[in-house]
Amino acid sequence: MSSARVPEAAKGMGRPISGPTALGSDPRRFVLLVWTMATTDFKLRFFGSVLGYLWQIMRPLLLFGIIYTVFTVVLDVSSDEPDFGVALLLGIVLFQFFTDATAGSVRSIVLREGLVRKVDFPRAAVPMACVLQALFNLGLNLIPVLVFLFASGGTPHWTWLELPLILGVLIVFVTGLALLLSSLFVRYRDVEPIWDVAMQALFYGTPILYSLSLVIDKAGLSVARILLISPLASAIQQGRHALVSPQYGSVGSIFSTQAGVVIPLVVTAVVFILGAFVFTRAAPRIAEEL
Amino acid sequence: MADASGAASAVVAAEVSKTFRVPQEQVHTLKERVLHPLRSSAHHEFRALRDVSLTVPKGEFFGIVGRNGSGKSTLLKCLAGIYGTDRGAIWVDGRVSTFIELGVGFNPDLAARDNIALNAAMLGLSRREAHRRFDSIIDFAELRDFTELKLKNYSSGMMVRLAFAVMIQVDADILLIDEVLAVGDAAFQQKCFDEFEAIKAAGRTVLLVTHDMGAVKRFCERAMLLEHGVVVATGDPETVGNRYLDLNFSSEARAEAAANEHAASAPAQAMDAVLGDGRAVIEDAWLENGKGERATMLRNGERASFAMRVRLTADLREPRFTVQLHSGTRVPLFTASSGWGAAEPVGTLRVGDEVVWRADFDNVLGPDRYSVTPSVTLANGTVVAMRDRMFSVVVTRTQEHGGALVDIPFQARLERNPAPEEAAR
Repeated sequence: MSSARVPEAAKGMGRPISGPTALGSDPRRFVLLVWTMATTDFKLRFFGSVLGYLWQIMRPLLLFGIIYTVFTVVLDVSSDEPDFGVALLLGIVLFQFFTDATAGSVRSIVLREGLVRKVDFPRAAVPMACVLQALFNLGLNLIPVLVFLFASGGTPHWTWLELPLILGVLIVFVTGLALLLSSLFVRYRDVEPIWDVAMQALFYGTPILYSLSLVIDKAGLSVARILLISPLASAIQQGRHALVSPQYGSVGSIFSTQAGVVIPLVVTAVVFILGAFVFTRAAPRIAEEL
Repeated sequence: MADASGAASAVVAAEVSKTFRVPQEQVHTLKERVLHPLRSSAHHEFRALRDVSLTVPKGEFFGIVGRNGSGKSTLLKCLAGIYGTDRGAIWVDGRVSTFIELGVGFNPDLAARDNIALNAAMLGLSRREAHRRFDSIIDFAELRDFTELKLKNYSSGMMVRLAFAVMIQVDADILLIDEVLAVGDAAFQQKCFDEFEAIKAAGRTVLLVTHDMGAVKRFCERAMLLEHGVVVATGDPETVGNRYLDLNFSSEARAEAAANEHAASAPAQAMDAVLGDGRAVIEDAWLENGKGERATMLRNGERASFAMRVRLTADLREPRFTVQLHSGTRVPLFTASSGWGAAEPVGTLRVGDEVVWRADFDNVLGPDRYSVTPSVTLANGTVVAMRDRMFSVVVTRTQEHGGALVDIPFQARLERNPAPEEAAR
């Protein structure tokens, strides 16, 4: 990268060009590119089949239907917490966003190999577009959640305003993972199966099927606190608290102090910085390592 | 900037080097990486570019030529910012547009409109620019009625038109073009050429990577020759083109020689099967070019000669020396023999004699690879010595070539008949 001397012919040409980078030099270009990539992919998914939208919401709804039936009718683990159905659906929908964004981004760069090797564009746009597309899906999936919420007698409450904040933190967390996974997959092709297993573990290790109060009853408060270190678990728990019912303890109340919220926030920040660091370092060489 | 003197540079590269790391023991999995954290250090380096410098003034049509693996495409990717450089620096003044492949990033499941929008976002155009560009692309490609049609339903001709329009309808000051001409039929290539003329006339800066010397000589004002990542020559296209041809011939000839050595050292191969009853031994055989040098590469249209050195192990009366050239399909294309034609009579040769038999000919063979089979026979047809497909020779193209197997020299003329009404009178 060293430019020892500027040759006579290059005088007045400004700074030398850099190779490919994660973000590029023009933020507007980056945003437009991410937006265009995400919307075209989104279109592809929905206009590819007539029932596109239906299929999109069918997946979480079916999972929800099965789990709800099994857990409340057959096993009857429903706690004293109200509206477990809505809480369950919210958990499933948020987890769906998490898997859409992370699992989708793992292969994203390799799938766009032709572009990456032949066009100079900000590399991070590829995994970011995956996250944005997952966010579009989340927007669609939240519609049935709201429908169920109103159907079970929920009314808008000022705590609902927490939701964008919760989602914001989750997006940062997921973006960090997307950057990390997509750049690692370029070099290490077993990242995909490893991440599949990790997501399985996360699904059961996160209070989605069960409520956190069940964990506190059966395993103790300290186990519940350990679970909430995961920003995903915290987002789901806090989301249930804000959106469904205050009887779902807030993250702060489970840590017994409002400052407890800092723990998942720190994890989020660490993951994001790690992902951004790894991706930024890998970005200049992605085209040659594919 | 643009209003500076004519000598202002559009692209400057200063001692650019690029090295690819080729791992000897590739660590493909995270598991291996974790289990063997130190293993990945073993790799050898491939230096694709070494201290390459170039200066292209604004408005110049500049050619970058070189053989496969010479580093010319790597250089283009460095200039385009797709690869980072290891050392050196590159300056570019103006918006750059790169064409490494026609229709790069096209998604067959999307309509033309979406593909063009995606392409514009890739190039970093704003929405308004992208919108303007959409119209010019569609008009240029004459696909106004098909903007909402998915690309997978396009005919291949429509696809090429769209891809080419996307490529050419760019408001860029500097175009980096890599072998786009290699694809497409003759009509498409002509369209490319026409568009190049237009780009040239518009005064835009173009860097063209190619190994088509015809295109270089036709369009480029200057050219650069790369070999093994080093700049061998920079200058006017004629000189650079000739250097390229020389380099091509000599190194291809070297590769040929190496291949022959390999073939000779591997007796199992069908090449150079030694036949005959052994009353003579073909010690050596070779072809010579017009200058009388031994060659494994002949230029089409030049004088050439074949020679073989034969040692006799018995007395032979009127032996017949023959050489036959086959094309790759084993079709004999040329036979020269002492037994007929204008060849001199040979007479009787004694045991222990060593003779060299020569046949000079005009090389009218078309560009191709030919295998050479020398033999010594008797008048009754007995094969005394033969080396079947002893070596091969490559005939290269040096002139206009019609694509036929042989280029027989010809004279042609046009005779005008009297006009019909005159004839009627």
